[in-house]
Amino acid sequence: MEVFVAIMVGALVTASVYLMLARNVLRFLFGLVLLSNAANLVIFAAGGLTPEAPPLIAPGANAPPEGVANALPQALVLTAIVIGFGLFAFALTLVYRGYQNLGTLDTDEMRLAEPVEAEKT
Amino acid sequence: MKSSLIVRAATRLLVGLLLLFSIWMLLRGHNEPGGGFIGGLIGSTGFILYAIAHGCRAAREALRLEPQTIAMVGLGVALAAGAFAAIPGDALFTGQWLFLWPSEGSKGVPLSNILVFDIGVYLVVLGSVLTLVLALEEEV
Amino acid sequence: MGQSESSGKPLGGSAGIISILVPGGLFVWFLQFLPAVAAGETILFRYDWVPALGVSIGMLIDGLSLSFALLITGIGTLVTLYSSSYLGGHVHYSRFVCYLLSFMLGMLGLVLSDNLLALFVFWEVTTIASYLLIGFSADESKSRRNALQALLVTGTGGLAFLAGIILLGAATGTFELSEIEGSLAEHPLYLPIFILVVLGAFTKSAQVPFHFWLPNAMAAPTPVSAYLHSATMVKGGVYLLARLNPSLGGTDLWFWTLTLFGGVTAVFASILAIKQIDIKQVLAYTTLMALGTLVMFIGLGTSDAIKAAMVFLLVHSFYKASLFLMIGVVDHGTGTRDATVLRGLTRAMPFTALAAALAALSMAGIPPLFGFIGKEFFYKASLSAEIGMFWVTACAFLASALMFAAAGIVAWRPFTGRLAETPVTPHEGPWAMLIGPLLLAALGLGLGLFPDYAEVLVRPATAAVYGAAVEVDLYLFKEVNSALILSLVTFALGWLIYMGHGTLRDRLRRSPDRFDPGWDRLMDGVLAGCKWQANLIQTGQLRRYIFVTFLTLAVALVWTIWRAGLVPTMELGDDLRVKHWAVLIAITAGAAIVAFTNSRMTAVAALGVVGVGVALIFITFGAPDVAITQLLVEVLVVVLVAVAMLKLPQMNVEHVKAVRVWDLLLALTIGVSTTVVLLTVMDTPFDLRLTEFFEQASAPVAFGRNIVNVILVDFRALDTFGEIAVVAIAALGAYALLRGTRRPNP
Repeated sequence: MEVFVAIMVGALVTASVYLMLARNVLRFLFGLVLLSNAANLVIFAAGGLTPEAPPLIAPGANAPPEGVANALPQALVLTAIVIGFGLFAFALTLVYRGYQNLGTLDTDEMRLAEPVEAEKT
Repeated sequence: MKSSLIVRAATRLLVGLLLLFSIWMLLRGHNEPGGGFIGGLIGSTGFILYAIAHGCRAAREALRLEPQTIAMVGLGVALAAGAFAAIPGDALFTGQWLFLWPSEGSKGVPLSNILVFDIGVYLVVLGSVLTLVLALEEEV
Repeated sequence: MGQSESSGKPLGGSAGIISILVPGGLFVWFLQFLPAVAAGETILFRYDWVPALGVSIGMLIDGLSLSFALLITGIGTLVTLYSSSYLGGHVHYSRFVCYLLSFMLGMLGLVLSDNLLALFVFWEVTTIASYLLIGFSADESKSRRNALQALLVTGTGGLAFLAGIILLGAATGTFELSEIEGSLAEHPLYLPIFILVVLGAFTKSAQVPFHFWLPNAMAAPTPVSAYLHSATMVKGGVYLLARLNPSLGGTDLWFWTLTLFGGVTAVFASILAIKQIDIKQVLAYTTLMALGTLVMFIGLGTSDAIKAAMVFLLVHSFYKASLFLMIGVVDHGTGTRDATVLRGLTRAMPFTALAAALAALSMAGIPPLFGFIGKEFFYKASLSAEIGMFWVTACAFLASALMFAAAGIVAWRPFTGRLAETPVTPHEGPWAMLIGPLLLAALGLGLGLFPDYAEVLVRPATAAVYGAAVEVDLYLFKEVNSALILSLVTFALGWLIYMGHGTLRDRLRRSPDRFDPGWDRLMDGVLAGCKWQANLIQTGQLRRYIFVTFLTLAVALVWTIWRAGLVPTMELGDDLRVKHWAVLIAITAGAAIVAFTNSRMTAVAALGVVGVGVALIFITFGAPDVAITQLLVEVLVVVLVAVAMLKLPQMNVEHVKAVRVWDLLLALTIGVSTTVVLLTVMDTPFDLRLTEFFEQASAPVAFGRNIVNVILVDFRALDTFGEIAVVAIAALGAYALLRGTRRPNP
């Protein structure tokens, strides 16, 4: 089980890195989404994979039954997902604004801060 | 943005249900799956649906408050809930509990700053997501 | 300089009065230690500053540091008094006072610090204050350039010095000067320590080939030149060498390095002094000569040589500060410093002429002035040297003869002969500007006639530098010996040079200065190098930067995996069911489609598949809260992307036709490494103490049965608060980006 999840995470990371190296910022954004998914999975899987046993305590009981899933990485991942969304939304508006102001999605053509002329002088 | 009559009529009902559902998820969150994050996300999908059907202006009117105001109020509520723990002299963000009307077999109705904190989380998530989505939709 | 005729308020107002009282008070305070130090005592105060790093502010008062402290505060008082008149009306006078006082405190700290690290801090304080003072006329580009030059040269040396100190501390186990005992000559770190410390000292004290900054530093106002660049700061390097002589001295390396560089500096600078037309520049180069001589004699290292160096330290401080201040008065009174123009000023400026005459006689080494004693002791020390006798004597002799001529150029010629035309009708300076030069010049005469008074300082100072008590007996004349004969020859040669200095100067001026333009070329080269590497590394292409970032990550990952020899166990297990397979394949396929599709809508749909697949994984492994959150966020992501797509263009197809092989290779490396690392992590038994605490405490203590939520809102509520704050800030940021910025071309 673990082996396959790990291989899948590797595939996600590969796809996201490949996307983030692209010239088109939209691809970069897609890579960002995949990367945050992969990161969440890494944290989640690193805490151990326990099938079908959510960390809930039965009414009246004082502790969960033996062998429930690890609650700590779940709590970390939960906030990470929301923050990842915030990051993605900000990046998206940035891309959107960038396209409106610069008229391109190609990072090679986004040379406002480091203009090409600067290299010649 | 024009939508069909069916969508518009259906969303009125659906949005109400989604909001109720989000509050239910928020309140049950301490014992069952749910909580402020999930509740806030569900609530915001309700309003986004409303905005898609009736337009952003209508959604803003339905909200009454600016979404960024909601987010900031939520942040303030969460902070106040955490700071409340300092009154009895505990460390910040320590849970404080009060059980009303306890009886046999039941501890009574729980009141806590934890719930207030979760409400703060709910408001922040709702406000932030709506700030983003509404602003982007209006831009387009 | 922007000096004004009338200073408005007497003594430059409150700033001026403070600036005079501080060094004056300190001077008196230091005087109280004189009897104890003269009796051979060493006084040590200590205050722990950064105990963890072993940095304490200790004050070490022995003969050497007290001599310096008295010079700094004494000359400081006269210089500040002088500047209250010289610069009193200047708009930035308060600023000047502030710089000058911070310099003075830095210099005091430098000579009094017992801790080498504290000493270094003060060393840098003097460097920075000197930078500010040289660049005081910040509206002149020459002034700024020279200030920067001085800062860079001495600052670079300072860095070398710091490295040297740290090695010294490592070699001896202490940073306290008072605790360093014995010689380090046999230590394996001796060579690096020596090179680094000497670099620091040579740049600070402007030895050849680092000498060029000092004459340029004369862009500073005259009192600064008198104070920093003759009497105090530039002697910081000399102080350092003297202070470390007991631990680093006594080796052949020390001897030859110091005597060679010092000797070359002394002679070379004296020749350049004759070449100058500006009398302030003449003095600047004679300062170099003095520093070179001091270094040479510290290098010589015999008790006679150290004694001579300590005497000359006092001699030089008196006459040089006096002459610099005198030049300020002349400049002030005539409007020029041109040696070829100034003549016959004695009648118009009698007191200035008196100060100049006394100081110049001391500089030329003519009896009965203190300078004569200094020169006699030089000759005595160099003639009695066992090795290098010829070299040291020759250098001292040549430099002294040239010094005699320079004294004539600076202080004889301008005051004698017929009064020449000057830009301003010559007039005497105000009393505040005359006290300093007169007093200092008179000291040269007084100590020459009564050298016993100088012994109280010279004796303990020599002992501190030499590392053992030395018999010091200063006298004007005892017998006719070889040193005295050499002195007479010096006068003769000096006289000849003075008589012929006009022709000599013209001939010298034909050869260009190579060091200063060389510095400019070096700076140009450094700039060009920076530009070259900036263009090489900063291509301005985002994907290059990202590529390098990921490449670094890949190298770090692979290197770690290789070093740790990570080979994860690959137990496949048999608990995989069809639904698991379906989810895993869906996610992998979705990721592959996003990576290679050219259609935006396909990409968004595939992203959705991946997101839902991840949510399914969460629900499969017992994380309902996370799964719900993931699903909802996925919905929002798709909504946002869909909204944004309406206004964004199609993805450009031509760029993505070919598979980017290198990018793919890099991505694969990182992906595979992630898999290996993740498998290794999952193989490692984890520490479940925290989880167990949460499980046990959740219901009884926090009254919640959903452990994940209890962790979020109770156990780790502060974290959660930070996280929702981040979300709110991200939303506000995006909102501001959309609403707050207007498009330039709608």
